[in-house]
Amino acid sequence: MESNKVAEQLQEYFQSIGNNRKVLTVSPDELIPLMYRLRDEYEFNYLTDETAVDYGDYFEVIYNLSRVPQGDILMVKTKVDKEKAEVPSVFEVWPGAIWFEREIFDLLGIKFTNHPDLRRILLDDSFEGHPLRKDFQWVGGREV
Amino acid sequence: MVCLEERSIGMEIKKDLQTKHPVEDLTDDPVIIEQVKRTITLAPLEKILNLARSNSLWPMTFGLACCAIEMMAAGGPRFDLARFGYEVFRPSPRQADVMIIAGTITKKMAPFVKRLYEQMPEPKWVVAMGSCAISGGPFVDSYSVVPGADKLLPVDVYIPGCPPRPDALIHGMLLLKEKVKNPKVVEEKPWKAIK
Repeated sequence: MESNKVAEQLQEYFQSIGNNRKVLTVSPDELIPLMYRLRDEYEFNYLTDETAVDYGDYFEVIYNLSRVPQGDILMVKTKVDKEKAEVPSVFEVWPGAIWFEREIFDLLGIKFTNHPDLRRILLDDSFEGHPLRKDFQWVGGREV
Repeated sequence: MVCLEERSIGMEIKKDLQTKHPVEDLTDDPVIIEQVKRTITLAPLEKILNLARSNSLWPMTFGLACCAIEMMAAGGPRFDLARFGYEVFRPSPRQADVMIIAGTITKKMAPFVKRLYEQMPEPKWVVAMGSCAISGGPFVDSYSVVPGADKLLPVDVYIPGCPPRPDALIHGMLLLKEKVKNPKVVEEKPWKAIK
């Protein structure tokens, strides 16, 4: 089934859904019900990757889903406000999201609500700031 | 009297015919004196120990990044670090003599590098392998990388390269051998160790 059809069928349940080729966009409020639906009804049983982008004014969290039996992929994006960067965690849908979300939290500072273990994963715990944000300024280097 | 030659590369045993061997005080029998002189060598204890240490350094199995691949290659049959007596890579710091820092030290890894170094028994040496371990390499200005292993530990030998070839690592280990055998070489004329 094409992701267009997935989007069309989902449109009656979710107001915020948008569709552009193989990309679905959805607001953070409707993210978790949509993800449950995609997993249970459309058999997207594997979260290939979860990442995020800083576009300057806002963040976008990106979920790459795939369904292993059919070999399809689907990208789901959700727009996050810069000031209040909070997204519900999808770990209850795919438990493997825990580490992805820790990495996004570490490098971009997006907070995942309901995440069971939201700590830094790549940088040391005393690090201040989130280095992949566009406004991150690093002072230091060889001989400070 | 037999003594070890000061500051020589092979540290060969040099016979000094002027001084009397202590055995000559004990007996006049030329056979005994000759046999004792032939079989017993007198030298400072520290030098004898260093000779033993330098020919069988046990490195720690410890790789941080891609340099570790070259370190493994150096330990393998093609380059064969074992020819020089350094093949026993120990998985425990408590059995190791030399720590080869092979790769980038991130700030997250730095406390563990330091702890492993502190767990090694004395005497111990550190080899910084590759640009990252020397100075941070391409990541010198990064927010997450320690700019050089010498910010954490006393480094004995620096091996440049990105990554250094196994030959370079072997050369570095041989330089460390010279340093262990004869620390004065390093202090005064480092190039003399390269022959």
